[in-house]
Amino acid sequence: MNEALSYVSSFIYAAVLAGTPLLFGTLGEIITEKAGNLNLGVEGMMYMGAIMGFYAGYVTGSVALSLIAALAAGALGALIYAFLTVTLKANQNVTGLTLTIFGGGFANFIGENLILNSPTKSAVLSDAMKANLKSINIPLLSDIPYIGRMFFQHNIFVYLGIVLAIAAGWYLHHTRKGLNLRAVGENPGAADAAGINVTLYKYVHILAGGGLCGLGGAYIALITCAGTWTYNCVNGQGWIAVALVIFASWSPYKAILGSLVFGALSILRLYIPLNIPTALFSMLPFLVTAVVLVVSSVRMSKEKAQPKGCGVNYFREER
Amino acid sequence: MHAKANHQPLVRVVKRVGIPRARAIVYRILAVVLALVTGGIFLWALGQNPFTVYATMAQGAVGTTIALKETVKIAIPLCITSLGITLAFKMRFWNIGAEGQICLGAIAASYFALFHSDWPQPVLLTAMAVAGILAGGLWGVIPAVFKARFGTNETLLTLMLNYVASYIIQFLREGPWKDPGAMGFPKIAMFDKAARMPTVLGVHAGWIIALVLVALVFIYLKFTKQGYELSVVGENENTARYAGMDVRKIIVRTMFLSAAICGLAGMLQASGADKTLTDTVAGGVGFTAITVAWLSQLNPFAILLVSFLFGCLEKGSGTIQSLLNISPSAAEVLQGVILFFVLGSEFFIGFRVIWRKGGAVNE
Repeated sequence: MNEALSYVSSFIYAAVLAGTPLLFGTLGEIITEKAGNLNLGVEGMMYMGAIMGFYAGYVTGSVALSLIAALAAGALGALIYAFLTVTLKANQNVTGLTLTIFGGGFANFIGENLILNSPTKSAVLSDAMKANLKSINIPLLSDIPYIGRMFFQHNIFVYLGIVLAIAAGWYLHHTRKGLNLRAVGENPGAADAAGINVTLYKYVHILAGGGLCGLGGAYIALITCAGTWTYNCVNGQGWIAVALVIFASWSPYKAILGSLVFGALSILRLYIPLNIPTALFSMLPFLVTAVVLVVSSVRMSKEKAQPKGCGVNYFREER
Repeated sequence: MHAKANHQPLVRVVKRVGIPRARAIVYRILAVVLALVTGGIFLWALGQNPFTVYATMAQGAVGTTIALKETVKIAIPLCITSLGITLAFKMRFWNIGAEGQICLGAIAASYFALFHSDWPQPVLLTAMAVAGILAGGLWGVIPAVFKARFGTNETLLTLMLNYVASYIIQFLREGPWKDPGAMGFPKIAMFDKAARMPTVLGVHAGWIIALVLVALVFIYLKFTKQGYELSVVGENENTARYAGMDVRKIIVRTMFLSAAICGLAGMLQASGADKTLTDTVAGGVGFTAITVAWLSQLNPFAILLVSFLFGCLEKGSGTIQSLLNISPSAAEVLQGVILFFVLGSEFFIGFRVIWRKGGAVNE
């Protein structure tokens, strides 16, 4: 009994760890889509956050600077996207895809140059910095048997992600600005007529969303890859995050659950003692995402749908 | 008191009615030049001399006959896949699943290459091509059917299927199709000679197929009823429905063709270039092809040119790694930057920017 319990608790512990970058990406995309922009560049912004967060940590050894750099890099990617789609009215799908190609290239380019130029031919964070990324035990709560291990002995990113998700949910549904934002996403023409600065709202939230994606990328570089720069480290997690937005039906609260489930799927292989080929396990999150996409489109309800203005650029003179 | 303010904003944007074709092309070329300058600044910031880097890239891509052949070899799948994507994109169906469709085409073709290598070469290659076309096409029909029936987001679904396809190859490589002669190393055996695409003028014959497809896709889009229908669906589904078109059928049919072409690219890649099946058979071609198709404005002849240029970019980036110790991911960075600029330039083609004159307030 005890053994089973500790097995489950370490499984959930690992699922939380694997789900955290997805949570950041999903939150970022929810906020972006709420502003009426479908940004398919999540993967790219995560890459940008990953490399800049890693680079800042590599050079300075400071966790705080690393987080700031990741946030800024993700927001920079989002700025390119926002400028092209909001101001220059470029196609959102293609711009997002380009951002993904660019971000991946950007990160691998800088990462590989770090490796090529380092004497040991590998880019690894200092031990001191890695020690700072260790888990933080929340006093008292972390001592609860099993539950403590599952939820209260994590690194700083995990707590930050949960706090941000709750804050985002509250912001969207209980503040004036959140209401305005939803109006912009649903019907920019009406929001504009009501005196809301559509362009400003779009820019601010696309950038905020990009920053969150950047943090998710930093998590992958610092925690998932344990502080060693790994080629192609994001490997589709940004895309899963985009799909999770649909799974979470645009709710930041449900995003927490969704990323936990998909985190669990991605580490299932290590916890199921069946002799199933690795490739099939690695395929699982993507396959399940595909199924979720189909199922959710079959039973799509009106309130749980994508914001109406999503994907279409707003041009005032065309109202 | 009601002061008469100047209500004209500082900058105003209006839609252009039409722009001379030549001017539009000039804008795009300007965008590419600006992108190269930006890329140069990026390289310079990293401590490289951009002129040396670009010159090395050009030399590495087209400097020698061998290099040129390699460049063409890279351009072949890029061109074919872009042509496939073009059909879907014309319909505003965001098929970003070319990676997966290439994989499936390659898998189906490899089945014949591995297990029927005793067939005469023409028969075997034909079987491989047909298998590749069908498998790729059917892989593309999956998202099309769901899109047509339930409005499932095709961008994400095609994308997820990419990963599924790539892991299928990995599964085959580690299990059923593992080469017993590789001493435990998980790889698939090299194809028999009969299953390899013959070379013409030093490059596998895929280039001839690419040229033929350019013409075929052009004719299909420009002169056939089906081509017309898919562009109407792309413009406005309601218009298509009002005109009595069966929108669902058109979506599924077009996606089958789009993905089938990508599947053929996969067969050619496995048979002509790799001569075996690897999980990198698509190797990002599906994504680069999207860039190529968009840059070419979905024009088949432009695709031919742009995919050659992108072949140069890719081949050249490989050279800068060996000669200048710069990561070959530079190619992706440059691709991204070029497309950013071209996307931006489209604004100036479609819209006119009007500045407020003088700024004086007319009382």
